[in-house]
Amino acid sequence: MSFAWAKQYEPQSAFTKWLDEKLPLPRLVYNAVGAGYPVPRNLNYMWNFGVLAGFFLVVQIVTGVVLAMHYAANGLVAFATVEHIMRDVNYGWMLRYAHANGASFFFIVIYMHIFRGFFYSSYKAPREMIWLLGVVIFLLMMATAFMGYVLPWGQMSYWGAQVITGLFSAIPLVGEPLQVWLLGGFAPDNAALNRFFSLHFLLPFVIAGVVILHIWALHIPGSSNPTGVEVKQESDTVPFHPYYTAKDGFGLGVVLILFTTMIFFLPNALGHPDNYIEANPLSTPAHIVPEWYFWPFYAILRAFTGDLTIPFTGIILVQAKLLGVIAMFGSILIWFILPWLDKSPVRSGHYRPLFRKFFWFGLIPAMAVLFYCGGAPAEQPYVVISQIATAYYFLHFLVILPIISQIEVPKPLPFSITEAVLGKDTAPEAPRTGSVDGGDAGTATDGALQPAE
Amino acid sequence: MTIRLGGIIAGLAITLVLVLWSLLPGAYSYAFDPAPEQQPSAAFYEHGHGPEGGFSFDGPLGKWDYAQLQRGYQVYKEVCSACHSLKYVAFRNLQQLGYTEAEVQAEAASWTIPGIDPATGDQTTNPGKPTDAFPPVYYSGQGHPPDLSLITKARHDGSNYVYDLLTGYGEPDPAKAAKVGFETPDGLYFNKHFPNVNIAMPAPLSDGQVTYADGSANTTAAMAKDVAAFLTWTAEPSLIQRKQTGWFVIGFLLFATALAFLSYKQIWAGVKPKKK
Repeated sequence: MSFAWAKQYEPQSAFTKWLDEKLPLPRLVYNAVGAGYPVPRNLNYMWNFGVLAGFFLVVQIVTGVVLAMHYAANGLVAFATVEHIMRDVNYGWMLRYAHANGASFFFIVIYMHIFRGFFYSSYKAPREMIWLLGVVIFLLMMATAFMGYVLPWGQMSYWGAQVITGLFSAIPLVGEPLQVWLLGGFAPDNAALNRFFSLHFLLPFVIAGVVILHIWALHIPGSSNPTGVEVKQESDTVPFHPYYTAKDGFGLGVVLILFTTMIFFLPNALGHPDNYIEANPLSTPAHIVPEWYFWPFYAILRAFTGDLTIPFTGIILVQAKLLGVIAMFGSILIWFILPWLDKSPVRSGHYRPLFRKFFWFGLIPAMAVLFYCGGAPAEQPYVVISQIATAYYFLHFLVILPIISQIEVPKPLPFSITEAVLGKDTAPEAPRTGSVDGGDAGTATDGALQPAE
Repeated sequence: MTIRLGGIIAGLAITLVLVLWSLLPGAYSYAFDPAPEQQPSAAFYEHGHGPEGGFSFDGPLGKWDYAQLQRGYQVYKEVCSACHSLKYVAFRNLQQLGYTEAEVQAEAASWTIPGIDPATGDQTTNPGKPTDAFPPVYYSGQGHPPDLSLITKARHDGSNYVYDLLTGYGEPDPAKAAKVGFETPDGLYFNKHFPNVNIAMPAPLSDGQVTYADGSANTTAAMAKDVAAFLTWTAEPSLIQRKQTGWFVIGFLLFATALAFLSYKQIWAGVKPKKK
């Protein structure tokens, strides 16, 4: 790691010395998640979710690989092979419920992780690259989860595939052929199921690759912390191991209790009953809804109900469907420019009175409303409510954040993390060698003191 | 600065399009246009609550009532199987209901399974073997009887739904029906617990229809409860094993998490300041 006081790996046995010379893998682990990674000492429980997300990625890959041994991606038998897993494979029901609820928990912890980033402005310099890679991971997760939901080949699988690939048909000129090309036919069928299975198997490993980049990028400036004041000195940090391995171990235990409660007692609570009906192209479900983790974005998609026309002429400039598709993808793509929209030099929401109000009384309620409306039928009054929330969502990121970062008067920041924790900091004023001077007082980041691994 | 200015312009543009072309016209028509007409049948739907006292397998400590599952299987065999298949269940699975291997073999043999005569290539039927799944049902009447293997998972609150549906037959309140002009269409039957109250399945159960060997009550409600329990088992044979495993897993995790908490506190003891 970058801090001068980071502990160095010292191989003890002859074997580890030999290994360290040939392939310093233990050293890499030691520096990444071991005692060699100094982490701010004041992290709260919101900083547990990165490790938890990594855990659920592993859960999904392990359960998914085993499920794939018993599953057949063929429209004629896919549904029956899932039932085969549930009934005839030893503990197949446990594997499948762990995989289905694992997807939900992966999204729960990722949403906590993302909203931690929003509140503490973890996206700000010098951590923009971590944030950008994180958004990429989230997009890959959404694609993976969508394709995974198609595989059981139930009614919601089938009609979900129809609706989501139908989004691409909104693109002018090339839309319809594009949808046919994506599906490999005019409707979801064997060709679509096969390619979705193939991609669903591939993408988690792509995610794992981007996760490695995400963690690599994290280790250059080091972890952020709840004060948003950068690490200045050794007393600001503790080694990741044993301090945060112990804390993450406890957090993992709590989440595992919740996760196993869902698997063993409420395994279908987050799913839709219609997905236990085999796919039937001739019977459309009354309400097609995606999985719960897509509801906010589904609400944004459906918020655009009117074509953009030139008034009084009837000329349609942009169809409502295309507007909805642009808004839905845009609602996530704007996260890519978030580091440059919010220019406030203060990171933590704790020291930003105005930002904090808009976060708790604007963004969070808007997301809750979008979540609720996305799962509700496309009827009034849900439509009007979701339109108001959608408008707020875009205004929050694109208009409110840039403006409040200009006009807000932040509260005074503590001198250092040590001061924030202990109430006093007796360290000498001058920062020690190798410290990373962050943007806590609006100063530019000194990148020269952050050597890469 | 360019990004922020562009962001503000884009944000205002999206909001403007949303508000002027979608929100205002929608809100206007919601406020002033007549509300969309409800189907007259909607006035007759009643939400059911399942059998009195619930099922033996309900709740985290639930257990199968094997006598009830066997009675439910009898109802399926004597009534439901005339129209409804059970294709994901094999006869060998019946051993889980408490039948012996010999009983399962005899039970399987009492069903005929379509097959091909290997000598002639003609279609034929064979007596069932324990490894066979329940046979498909060829149904030529009105409607489309669904396969029942997964029915209690394919409906919201499925065990209660099956019970409610089987006990929900009757006649609509005549005064109310006359008022909204509601009539059950020809060939369909009124059922207050079916989503649009008109169902193609005639009332399948009537009091005393099935005679139980163990002399249990055979009212419509009792048979409906028995078959709903049986269909809960067909949809999720591992239900009880799952819950029992869950207690063991969660018990272990509570212990492990308590240890993790203590070690976390001990490791941090020297670092964390005392709470004021």
